[in-house]
Amino acid sequence: MTSTNEDVLEGALRWRREGKGVALATVLETWGSAPRPVGSHLAVDQDGGFLGSVSGGCVEGAVVSEAMEVIESGKPRILEFGVADETAWRVGLSCGGAIRVYVERVD
Amino acid sequence: MHLEILAQLTAARAARRAAVLVTELETGAQRQVAGEAVSGDALEPSLRAALASGKSGILETPGGRVFLTVQVPPPRIVAIGAVHISQALAPLARIAGYDITVIDPRTAFATPERFPDTTVIAKWPDEALKEVPLDAFTAVAALTHDPKIDEPALQAALTAGCFYVGALGSRRTHAKRVERLAALGLSQEELGRIHAPIGLDIGAASPEEIAVSVLAQIIGALRKGSLAPSKTEAAA
Repeated sequence: MTSTNEDVLEGALRWRREGKGVALATVLETWGSAPRPVGSHLAVDQDGGFLGSVSGGCVEGAVVSEAMEVIESGKPRILEFGVADETAWRVGLSCGGAIRVYVERVD
Repeated sequence: MHLEILAQLTAARAARRAAVLVTELETGAQRQVAGEAVSGDALEPSLRAALASGKSGILETPGGRVFLTVQVPPPRIVAIGAVHISQALAPLARIAGYDITVIDPRTAFATPERFPDTTVIAKWPDEALKEVPLDAFTAVAALTHDPKIDEPALQAALTAGCFYVGALGSRRTHAKRVERLAALGLSQEELGRIHAPIGLDIGAASPEEIAVSVLAQIIGALRKGSLAPSKTEAAA
């Protein structure tokens, strides 16, 4: 239930306080049978370690690499994955859904 | 996101306080609104609706699109009475994803042996509820059949606005209970919120079956009651 999401925020806070670069990804919108609800979080550290889930595993790899760029740049970005998107197929949102994910750095 | 905002969100969660994170998607600007701070906020009606539904989502505002990350405490069940029904209710509740605490001042009942893996507090409800404060995200099931134990907990549950309040006992027992609670100053409206006889009417006979009917009623109160998400948003 909701507890998982909160553990992710706890984890992000802990990483940041340890001095790591941290980004937080949040599911903004979903269409079709997206596996994780709007508001789900994924926390990523500068080394690519991650906690939580925005898609039940389908596009986590792509989100993690984008998040590492956001940790570098500090500029938030919105990512889209979906069936109409060639990239999405490649990274594997095979559930047939589509999601939009907000990625921001924890400062 | 500022570290301070992240810390506020995790602190709200630890204190079982509902909170909303407001993110302006065009600019990345953010603020966190918790508890009574919602009153007077520029987005107050939308924030209240979001908190009531417990659902995060995008909101169109005159100033642009914002995203509301809604954080509500995980639902919890407080069972009054370390009785047979509670012994079945505890593992069922855990499987369904609810935290459960069992309270009973009778030390012969409230033992870790009878309740493995469950938080059991062997104190009177007035004392025990200081350790487990009741709130709108808590369900209270009074199961002892003993007015001395059940009724202080029922009173506390109604006062705290728990999303579910249920009490074991026949209609006759409940009618007498309502008279006593009314004498303590609870309104008829408040007393009308007590589910009694407790549990969905599925003809439950054994303590285990009654536990299933109680849990089902609690789930119904959470998912279809005032804290429930709206139907359109729940469709995904």
